[in-house]
Parts: sequence; structure tokens; C-alpha cells
Amino acid sequence: MSDKKGKLGLYWASSCGGCEIAVLALHEKILDVAAAFDIVFWPCVMDFKYEDVEALEDGEIDVCLFNGAIRNDENAHMAHVLRQKSKVLVAFGACSFGGSMPGLANFTDKDAMFDWIYKQSPSTDNPQGTLPQKHSQVPEGELTLPNFWRTVKTLAQIVPVDYYLPGCPPEAHQIEAAVTAIVTGQLPPPGSVIGPDVTVCDECSRTKNEKKIKHFYRPQEIIPDPDVCLLEQGLFCAGIGTRSGCGALCPQVGMGCRGCYGPNEGVLDHGAKILTGIASVLDANTPEEVDKILDTLPDPAGYFYRFHLPQSLLRRRALGNGQKQTAKTGEAT
Amino acid sequence: MSEQRVGVYVCHCGHNIAGTVDVEHVAEWSANLPNVVISRDNKFMCASTGQEQIEEDIKEFDLTHVVVASCSPHMHEKTFRNACARAGLNPYLFEMANIREHASWVHASDKDGATNKAKSLVSAAVHRVIHQEPLQPMQVDIRPETLVVGGGIAGIQTALEIADAGYHVYLVEREPSIGGHMAMFDKTFPTLDCSACILTPKMFDAGSHPHITLLSYSEVEQVDGYVGNFTVRVRRKARHVDEDLCTGCGSCWEKCPIKVIDTVFEAGLGSRKAIYRPFPQAVPKYPIIDVENCTYYKSGKCRMCEKVCPTEAIRFDQEDEILEVEVGNIVLATGFQLFDPRRIPNYGYGRLENVFTNLEFERLSNAAGPTEGKIVLRDGVTEPESVAIVHCVGSRDKNYNSHCSAICCMASLKFAHLVMEKTGAKVYNFYIDMRSISKGYEEFYHRIMEEGASFIRGKVSEITDAAHTPEEEGKLILVCEDTLIGRPRRVPVDMVILSAGLEPRADAQEVGYMFGAGCGDTGFFTERHPKLDPVATVTEGVFIAGACQGAKDIPDSVAQGAAAAARVLATISKKQVNLEPVRAEIDESRCSGCRICNNMCPYHAIDFIEADGVSRVNPALCKGCGTCVAACPSQVINGAHFTFDQLIAEIDGIMVDVTAGALEVV
Repeated sequence: MSDKKGKLGLYWASSCGGCEIAVLALHEKILDVAAAFDIVFWPCVMDFKYEDVEALEDGEIDVCLFNGAIRNDENAHMAHVLRQKSKVLVAFGACSFGGSMPGLANFTDKDAMFDWIYKQSPSTDNPQGTLPQKHSQVPEGELTLPNFWRTVKTLAQIVPVDYYLPGCPPEAHQIEAAVTAIVTGQLPPPGSVIGPDVTVCDECSRTKNEKKIKHFYRPQEIIPDPDVCLLEQGLFCAGIGTRSGCGALCPQVGMGCRGCYGPNEGVLDHGAKILTGIASVLDANTPEEVDKILDTLPDPAGYFYRFHLPQSLLRRRALGNGQKQTAKTGEAT
Repeated sequence: MSEQRVGVYVCHCGHNIAGTVDVEHVAEWSANLPNVVISRDNKFMCASTGQEQIEEDIKEFDLTHVVVASCSPHMHEKTFRNACARAGLNPYLFEMANIREHASWVHASDKDGATNKAKSLVSAAVHRVIHQEPLQPMQVDIRPETLVVGGGIAGIQTALEIADAGYHVYLVEREPSIGGHMAMFDKTFPTLDCSACILTPKMFDAGSHPHITLLSYSEVEQVDGYVGNFTVRVRRKARHVDEDLCTGCGSCWEKCPIKVIDTVFEAGLGSRKAIYRPFPQAVPKYPIIDVENCTYYKSGKCRMCEKVCPTEAIRFDQEDEILEVEVGNIVLATGFQLFDPRRIPNYGYGRLENVFTNLEFERLSNAAGPTEGKIVLRDGVTEPESVAIVHCVGSRDKNYNSHCSAICCMASLKFAHLVMEKTGAKVYNFYIDMRSISKGYEEFYHRIMEEGASFIRGKVSEITDAAHTPEEEGKLILVCEDTLIGRPRRVPVDMVILSAGLEPRADAQEVGYMFGAGCGDTGFFTERHPKLDPVATVTEGVFIAGACQGAKDIPDSVAQGAAAAARVLATISKKQVNLEPVRAEIDESRCSGCRICNNMCPYHAIDFIEADGVSRVNPALCKGCGTCVAACPSQVINGAHFTFDQLIAEIDGIMVDVTAGALEVV
């Protein structure tokens, strides 16, 4: 990179905002970022309009950190715009990498979700049963909402992505390392996940033994031995199949890894990998015993696919009536 | 990837494949698959002309990979691998598509469907094969010593064959004496020679052979290592008798005041002492103390045996001894257990006193048994006037064991003969089918019929003492449908013999796991190939012989024992063995030491290296089964020849739309 200050863009698509906070968690290092880059787009923090970024030259942004999953036309539009305007597009955080929490919507569909959120949920008071509309007339004129997809996608399923920085959110030291790598030009091959290719177990100081699981417990049910692998104690831990880099924060404090850093290199389906790993060590000899043990694990699909359902081989729950989703928008045809 | 040049060969297998699959079309179609430079069909690929075609093409077209679409790899994978190797191509650059068992044979009524499936399978193989890598077999040295587990007739035969060839054998037997079930029998069918008379010389030979170390009253506890280099830990249970001093004189058991019902050798019909030798011809001849029943171990008193032993051989404080032996091969000859007829309550065994098991009858009839060979009722004196023999007890019965126990028909005929010879009683055989398939067996069946035994074809539904008529009073009544005359019958008799079937031993599963031999759905050990490799297991260097592999009679057990010995001797004389290179390897730089894989391996090939915090596969032990590869949650275990890339490419290949002209992955 030349002496000239680079241009940095940050954007949030379907996300919670935690990734933005993670950038701010760089603390004083954010000044180094500011020193190296002009921030040309960061809607969460500064007042930019879409027209501003659309007005940029193609490739004018040196690095764009894009967080959030793609679940509506607006997300997708900005993904295309930022791809066009950026030299390096980084899928930042678990949502843009794997779909994450928004992606769990792929276990259901748009209609069922709207029905619950806007009609059925106990905290909703909507006697007219009003649902969000793409177009609605108000005295001031027509309001529009972006088209809401029935299937949540990852950033890489919409546009080509140069690098992935996983985590929910990515840890500050990794953001720093990634930014440093970009600034100094010491980048791994394009398409790489930035971070070590070992699992959370590698950073977890708990003692690992041969495993046999007879029963799963929820965190509130037992006080785990502080020195022994949580999984061996029956606490679900996705650390066995999840990329390290976080410093094993959760398991170190007695909470099983949730899997936010996603799968290791070459794994096509994070959930399936953790599932086979855990299924392999169930202490059962008959299908009935397997069922009995798995009955103690509530919401297994949610546990195994918490962060990577849209990116997995499964993608989503099958759509009924032989419907297929269109490749681009995920809308039912 | 440099240029790939794939040759495809589609086999007609006479009409086996070509009768259903349009073989010429498959070959033409395959020529358009990516990287294929030559595609041919051939009447019989496995014939020398077919193999030579591959060899010539490898040279002429400079093939980098070969695909043969024919039968199961079990059948001819080796054949074609060898053909590739002869032409200088690494044999692991060959892939087989099974279009016979997987297409033509199973879709005989759907020619188009079978042809499309054959195309999919060829496409899968073509996509996969270019990802295959050259592999080299690993050579290991073979130790000449052999472990034989089980001292029944099969184990004895194996041990003697190997020892006679000059190689050392460790013969481990759980019971105090070798001999197994055969030592308990009276006569053997169909020749009616005395079981002990033909067995004891072999037992003696095994006990005194310079090349056999007999470890009786011992059990294998742990097996480590791999073909050629097994380390086996054996527990020698304490006999409480010093074998170096004991002469087997018998003073101890003559004077021992404690009588114990002998439920093992005498099937509960006779008794022994608290210090005992199971039977007079036992090998080794030394007695053991039964500590459960010996007064000394209860109260610290008695010590009668110690007092009378002329050589001071009694050792009350003797402890189990752990022995480690190093062997190159292992033969499992752990035998069978009898079906427990109590599991069929309507046959009344254990409730109706004159219902006997086959083993009880063997002891009754044996001159060395508790009645000195007199066939009498449970009261010990009354000779039966009529005897029923029930075949297939617990065998060929969906409720218990679906398999045929193979020996019961002939053993039942033998019982009929012995009863008639010794008592003159009327004998009824209740059978489902008579199976007299081996040499001399059918003649034996006719002989017993001519001797006057009655045969009633029907499965006994109940044995009862509830009489319906005065003639039935005081008798056991067998209720069945006589299927030859087509009506129900009640047959009153004095004595019933249940020909209980042969079952796998209760611990066969655990024993199999320890040695790396699997059990099939009947529970017997699984042979590598049911027809062509009946004494080998999936674990190199571990063989099976006798009734642990499936119910069988003495001649078959002996034949298998000898066969296993021949296999062992063949490996020993090779001195080295090539191990399949298809095995798992852990990328230690990426292993995080979660230890999920550690107890997955059925062959105990995975060790956790504490110092490095990683798991490691011992390549000599690994059989390439892929269990750990699948289990590894971070995908850092690579299964050679079944790599992730190869499997995904294979799936991509099978997803090719074979009905369309274009070769697009859908």
C-alpha cells in the first residue's frame, strides 16, 4: 500500500451491531486505523448516505469490512455496491461468514416468521393483523421497505469475498492482526479465513480425556469441574469443531463453545461435523440409548447449526410442495 | 494438476452385465467424460485379454488413471490393480465401478434405468480417480510365535499343526483343562467312536509338545500391536497348586472333605471336590482349588490337601500371574456355548425333572460320567422305557436363534442309537427337517431308522406332565403337530432330551473387540469372506477357527483349525507382510487434541500423545476403516484413498445428469 492513506468502508447488513462495537473495542488502536485509512463509509457511526458510496469510483475503497447476513434486497444491493467499489472485501463476523443468528430463520420460512413476530408472539398487540408491506401509502407519499427474503444467505453466496474474519464478534486482537496484515500487504491467499486453522480445544486449557457422553446438561443444571473438558461433563461444547482465535473465552469460564468462529479449513458443513464428532462419543450401544441421550439435548439443530446454517450443505429447511428457491434472491418462484 | 489421462473399461461379464446394461452405450458415453482418453467395452475384463488391454493402453495412451466398470471390488479389484502395476502404473491410481451387483443384478427388469445407473457409477469413478494418489504398501516383519485362544478341538488342532511345523505356539485356555466340549461327549457321530479316545492323544500331544506353551486356566486381557508384532497380556489365574511340584497323584482331591456340584464338566449331574481336576484325562494334570467353596478360604481352617500332598505343592497364597507374550499371529478358537433351554419355558427344562439337555445326556451316557454310562432318569436308578429327542431347540427359531446349529440332527441320531443300545427304550425324534449333509451322515440316518427309532416331523409346542388319559399318567407328554399326517399328536414318554443349539459365547462381542474381529448378526465371529476367506478376519494376523465362526461339527472344526494353521504358517514363512496403504493419518499441525477420535478406533490404532497434545494413528494397526476420519470434528484426519476431495469428486460425478447430452454437474 502506498504512503497515501487508504480508504476503509464498514457496513452492516443483517446483524446486531456487535461487530461495530468490536471494531470500537480496538480502543486506542482505532487511532492507528484512522491514521492508515480514511473512513469513507460507516453508517453505524457516521452519517453516510448510500448515494455517497454509490458515487465512488469502482475499486476506490481499499478495504471494506462487511458484517451481517443477507436477508433482504437492501442487504444484497449494498453487497453488490460495496463489492464493486472495494478492492478487498472482507466478510466480517459470523453473520456475513456463515449466516449466524439471522440465518437460523432458515429453519422456518418468511410467512411463519411474520405470523409469529407480528401476530402470535405474546408481546405483540396487533389486532388488525398488519404485516410489513413493501409499499404503503401515507399522507406524505409512498413508503417502501426492502423485499424480505425467505432464505438468509451469506455474503459469499451473493458476491465474491476476498477474506473472512469469523467470530461473533471477531476478537479485537484478530481485527488488529487483520488490519495490520492489510496495511502491510502481508495477506494470506485470497479466499482465506484469517486466523489459525486449529480448534478452540487448542486454546482451551481444560484437561481432555477420552470421551463418553451419557447425558447432556444445560449450563444451569450442574457446576462443572473447572479443570476438565466441558463436553466430557455433558455440557454441549462446539469447540471440538470450531476454529480457534477467540482464546477459548467461553469454555474457560465454564460455558461451552457456541461455535461462532465457524468450521476449520475444508469443512463443508460445520453443524454436521460437530454432530458427527459428538455422536461418535455418545455412550450408547442401541438406537434407544442414543435417543435417550439426545433427548437431553434440547434443540439439537439450533445447537449444531447456531452460526452456520445458511453456509452449510443443508442451507435451510426443505421448502414444502417441491418449491425451489431462485438462485439470486432466495424468493420462492 | 498436470494432464490427466483416464482409460475406461466397461465389462460385459458375459450376460451378467450386458444382459441388462447397454454396455457399448456406456463405453461410448464415457468417452466424453472429462479426462477420458480411451473408453472400451470388453466381454470379460478379468480374462487375460482384458487385463492385457489395460496394460497395452497404459503404455500406448500414457494413461495416468484407469477405471474398470465391472463387478464388485471384492471380486477383482486386486486383479486390475495388478494389471496396472504390471504396466508400471501405481495400483492405487485404479478405480472400480461396480455395475454388476449395483446395477445389472439389482435392476434386471429395468434396462434403461440400469444403464443410466451404470453411467452414473462410471462417471463417479472417473471424477474420483483423478484425485487418487499413488500409495505404497508398508512392509512389516512377522514374529514366528503364534497365540491360539481356546483349547477345544479346533484350537488344539491349530496349535499342533503350527508346532509340528517347528514354530512356537502359546495355547491359552480359560478352563483348568484343554479339551473343550469334545472332552465331555460320549461318542461321536457318525462313526460312534469314543470321543475321549480320539481326543485325549491330541490333548496329551498339545500338553507335552516342545513347541507349545500351554497356558491353561488363563485368559487374555489385552492385545496390542498389529500383524507380525502383537503383544498379548495373559492372566494366569492362580491354581493354588505349584505346577513344578505337583505330580497329579490325586491324594488332595481324594481327601478333600468338600463336595461341590460340578456344573461345568458334569453339567450339574455329578460332583467334584473343592480341590479338583475336571476329569481324569485333563491336560494339564494339575488340580486347582475352587476358592469359592474351599473351607480354608472361608474359615482359615482345614488345609487337608496341604497335609496330604506328598510333594508339598499346595500354595494357598498363590496369586494370579500376568504374562506378556509377543506373537506374530493370533488364532481365535473360542468355541460356542449351548443354548439355555430354560429360555423356552414351555419345554419345561428345570421344572420337569426328566427333561434333559443334550450335554446332560452326553454325561449320562459317558462311561466316565456320573452314572458310569447308565442312561437313567433323574432319580438315578430308573431306566426309561420311552425317550423323546427334540431337535432344533433354540435353533431355526425366530424367537431365539434363526441359524441352524448344524450338529443337532446328527447328535440327536447318536442319542437315539445310544438310548436304544443301552436301554431298549422306544425312541421318538421330533424334527423339523433332517439335515445329514456330510460324509457318512445320510448313511447314519438310515442306520438309526433301521434300528427302529421313530421320526415325527413337527415342532414340539409343549412338553407337559398334565395327563389327558390314563396312559399319559406319570409321563411327560410332547405336544406337536405331526406335519406328515397333518394332525396334532400327544406322545407320552419317560424322558426327554433337548438338542439345544449352539450359540456364540456370551462374551464373543467383547472378545472380538479385543482382538479386532467383528461379530455378524448371529453373533459369531465374521470371516473376511464367507466363501473364499473363511478363517481370516478383517484384522491382518487374526484368524478364526471352529465353532466361534459359526455352528459346526468336529470334522469341520478340525478342518478349520488346520486351515487357520496353514494361513499362519504361510505368513510366518513369508517373514514379512505388506500392509494395505489405505489408512488414516492425522495432520498433527492442525490437530487440537480434543480426543474425540481416541476411543473410536476398533483396532486401537490411535494414541494420544500427551506431550504434544495431539492424537496419532499407528499406521501398522490402522485398517483404513474411516471411522476416525468421519468423527474428527476439525477434519484433520485424512483417510488415504478415501480423501475428502476424492469423496466429494465422486459425489459430483454421480450427480452428472446421465440422461442429458451435456455433461453438466446438476
